[in-house]
Amino acid sequence: MLNSIQVIPIEYYLVLSSVLFSIGVLGVMIRRNAIVVLMCIELMLNAVNLLLVAFSTYLGDGHGQVFVFFIMVVAAAEATIGLSVLVLIYRNTKGVDIHQLDQLKH
Amino acid sequence: MELIFFFIMAVLSVLSALTVVFAKSPVHSVLSLIVTFFLLSGQYVLLNAQFVAIVNLIVYAGAIMVLFLFVLMLLNLKDETEPQKSNLVRLSVTISAGMLLLTLIGSVRGAIAIPPSPAQSATVGLVENLGKILFSDFVVPFEVASILFIAAMVGAVLIGKRNKETDSEPLTTF
Repeated sequence: MLNSIQVIPIEYYLVLSSVLFSIGVLGVMIRRNAIVVLMCIELMLNAVNLLLVAFSTYLGDGHGQVFVFFIMVVAAAEATIGLSVLVLIYRNTKGVDIHQLDQLKH
Repeated sequence: MELIFFFIMAVLSVLSALTVVFAKSPVHSVLSLIVTFFLLSGQYVLLNAQFVAIVNLIVYAGAIMVLFLFVLMLLNLKDETEPQKSNLVRLSVTISAGMLLLTLIGSVRGAIAIPPSPAQSATVGLVENLGKILFSDFVVPFEVASILFIAAMVGAVLIGKRNKETDSEPLTTF
């Protein structure tokens, strides 16, 4: 595994994480189920994590990998709060359709 | 050899990410997201980031995804109740996500390649090195993160608590 960074150019990781991030954006915009929208946000965060780890390894600097831990902390807090808000929405509307949440418009 | 591993895991992770978006049932979405996280952990191992790989498995695939599954089982959604967006919206959303992908890849193509520095990169992902960085340069953010966790925990308990007065009469304006 030690010579893998000589074999794989960093552009491959850039392209892979770009593709994963775009899939996450697509999911956030195309789905109406709020749980799936939250999962697509997690997918976007993971694409950024992959990019941070790749650059950290290629530059030989561990600071990027420490940043990944902080992103995980924020993602865990965000998932907790988001899901509890979602449970509350479900109690009030009997569904998690984000198109029902448009009271600010009226 | 590493290149073959990389391509297999890359293709599988893109496929499972697409399954997250396009699966009919949210349970299938959660399961394929777990598969995506396992494949990303494989990429981290390939990148000599062993500790990040394990933490990714424990925190994401272990904790956060279980939380998602738990809420999903709790809500007991019917698979066929989710209505689709209109075809025009779906088409325009797909086009704009594709444009975003094109922009990102275009910016990658213009970037200057960094030569890898193999001298330190073999040990950079180990616990010892990361711990030294975390508890010297990042010790204040580390403590702030614990406050954030406490705030999130208290907030989740307060939000999720059943309120007696408002629960008896659900909001009819929804």
